Amino acid sequence: MYVAVKGGERAIDNAHAWLAEERRGDPSVAELSLPQIREQLALAVNRVMAEGSLYDPDLAALAIKQARGDLIEAVFLIRAYRTTLPRFGASHPVDTGAMACDRRISATFKDLPGGQILGPTFDYTHRLLDFALAAEGLDPPAAPQAEASAAPVPHVTGFLAAEDLIQPEPEGPATPRDLTREPLDFPADRPLRLQALTRGDEGFVLSMAYSTQRGYGRNHPFVGELRIGTVAVEMDIPELGFAIEIGEVMLTECETVNQFTGSKTEPPQFTRGYGLVFGQTERKAISMALVDRALRWEELGEDNVGAPAQDAEFVLYHADNVQATGFLEHIKLPHYVDFQSELELVRRLRAEAMGAAQREAAE
Amino acid sequence: MSGTDYNFAYLDEQTKRMIRRAILKGVAVPGYQVPFASREMPMPYGWGTGGVQVTAACLVPEDRLKVIDQGADDTTNAVSIRKFFQKTAGVAVTERTAEATVIQTRHRIPELPLTEDQILVYQVPIPEPLRFLEPSEVETRKMHALEDYGLMHVKLYEDIARHGEIATAYAYPVKVEGRYVMDPSPIPKFDNPKLESAALQLFGAGREQRIYAVPPYTRVVSLDFEDHPFDPSKAAHPCALCGAEDSYLDEVIVDDAGGRMFVCSDTDYCAGRREAAA
Repeated sequence: MYVAVKGGERAIDNAHAWLAEERRGDPSVAELSLPQIREQLALAVNRVMAEGSLYDPDLAALAIKQARGDLIEAVFLIRAYRTTLPRFGASHPVDTGAMACDRRISATFKDLPGGQILGPTFDYTHRLLDFALAAEGLDPPAAPQAEASAAPVPHVTGFLAAEDLIQPEPEGPATPRDLTREPLDFPADRPLRLQALTRGDEGFVLSMAYSTQRGYGRNHPFVGELRIGTVAVEMDIPELGFAIEIGEVMLTECETVNQFTGSKTEPPQFTRGYGLVFGQTERKAISMALVDRALRWEELGEDNVGAPAQDAEFVLYHADNVQATGFLEHIKLPHYVDFQSELELVRRLRAEAMGAAQREAAE
Repeated sequence: MSGTDYNFAYLDEQTKRMIRRAILKGVAVPGYQVPFASREMPMPYGWGTGGVQVTAACLVPEDRLKVIDQGADDTTNAVSIRKFFQKTAGVAVTERTAEATVIQTRHRIPELPLTEDQILVYQVPIPEPLRFLEPSEVETRKMHALEDYGLMHVKLYEDIARHGEIATAYAYPVKVEGRYVMDPSPIPKFDNPKLESAALQLFGAGREQRIYAVPPYTRVVSLDFEDHPFDPSKAAHPCALCGAEDSYLDEVIVDDAGGRMFVCSDTDYCAGRREAAA
C-alpha cells in the first residue's frame, strides 16, 4: 500500500545539522576566524560587500564563513540581512576626487598630477604558484613605504573637460531613484542602471563588458583612470544642522574615455563610461564602466546595433545573481503537479499522433 | 534566528504598508500586475518570496495559516514556509483547508471551495502571461495597456492547428473581469474553474516584483475558442486512497516495473474523505 512520503520537517532539520558539520570540516583542523577571512580573503570580502550592497567587512566575512566560501550564497546572506535594516537617510555624494588613493593609474596619460600609483596589484605578478605560501608562519617582509603625498589627485577626465574634449555629464536628479526601495522599471535612467550594475554579478558584468570589446556594441574604451582608496562618508545630522563624517569606505572607481565620432545630435568628442564599486574590485569597476557606456547609446544618439550589452532590459534584469541563482535553482523544488499535467498532455497528443499514423498506414 | 529579533511576520511596517498598497491597487484593478519594491527575503527567489511577502503583509496575530506546495502540507518547502511564519509571526497553523484564514499555495488551488473569510496567496514565478511570446517587459506592459492580446490568440490557434488542441497544461492563461489576461501561476488547468471563488486571491511574484489580485466573485475565463472550448482535464482515474473522482491526481510510481497509482494531490482533501468514510 502506498504511503505518502512524510517527514519533511525532520528531513530539513537533519539536513541543516549535516550542513553545519560539513561547513566546519575536519574538526582537527583549526577553525577559520572572521578576522582571518576579513584580512586574508579580503577580495572575496570585497566582492560580497559590493554585490550584497552593504559595506561591512566583518559581516561579509561571517557570510563567507557561513556560506562555506560560496560567494553568491554569501551575497544572498548579506542581502537578506540588509533588507531588515532601518534606513536613517542618505549620505552626501562621496568625493572621489579627494580619495586617499592606494592605487591610481591612467592608461591615457604617461604622467599626470598626482602621479601613477601602482598599489597592491596582481597586474605584473607572474602567475606561478608560490609553494612557499603553503608553509605557514612566513610573514612577508615589510613593503617599502614612502611618505604619503599631500598633493591633490585630480580626476583625469577633468583635464579633458577643461578642453571641452569630453562630453559634460548632465546633472542627474537631486535624489536618484533607489533600486532597493522601488521596483525596477523602464526606461531606466543612468543612476538606476549604475545601481544595478554595481551590485550585479561580477561574472555577468564582466562577460557583458567583454562582449562589447569583441564587437557586440563596441565602444573603444580607454581606462582614463582607475583609482582605489578610501573616501569619507558624510551625512547631514538633523539635530546638528550640518554634515559630519560618519565613516570611511574603500571604493574602486573607473572612468573610461571612449572614442566618439559624433552623431546626429552630438559633436565629435570623447565620452565616458563609469564604474564605482565597494572595496578593491577593479575587474568589476572596469567592466561596469564598459557596460555603462554601452547602455548610453540612446542618450548619445548612437545606433542600436542589437548587441546584448546595449539592451537595458536584458542587462538589468539578468545582472543580479541573487535573483538569477534563486530562479535557476528553484527548478529542483517539486514540480510534480505541473509535470503531471504535461505528462497527460503528451500522452494524449502521442495517442492521437499514433492513431493518425495508423489510419494513414491502413488507407 | 530568534523570532523576537524581527518585527511581526518578519517585514518592517513600512514595507508591509508598501505591499498592502500594491495589494489594494491589485484588488481595484483585477488581473493587473502592480509593480512593487520586492525585498530580499531570507529564502531564495524562486522559493516563494512573492507569496511570503504578500502573506506577511496580510497576516494578523489572530490568523490561522495553511501552507501547501503541490497541494500537500508536508512537502519540504511548505514545511519550511510554515515554520518561518510560526517563528516570525507566532500565528496558529493548520493543515485543514476549512480552518485556515490565510492559505499560501504553490501550484494548486485546494479542492474544497473557499469562503469569503479566506485569503488564498499564490507563489508566482513568472507573472507575465505574454512573457514567452514577447520577452520585453516594456512591450508586454504596452500590450496589456492596449488590451492587445492578438499574439496570445494566435499562439492558442497555432496549438490547435498543430496538435488539435491547446497544448498548455498548466499556467493556462485566463481573462479577468473581461479585461486583463492573467497568468494564474503554474496551477494545472484543472484548477482554473476554481479561480472564480468567494475568497480573495492574491498573487505575489518576488523576483519579478509584481503583485496582482482576483477579488471575490470576479469573473475569470480561461482563454479558448467557440469550437475548441476550454477543457479542465485530469487523469481519468479515481484516487487510489480515498476514491475521489473529482480531485486532481498525482501519479506515483510504486515499483521497478513501472507500476503506478493515482492519488489526490490535495492531501487534506484526501485525508478528510478517508476520515469521513472510516
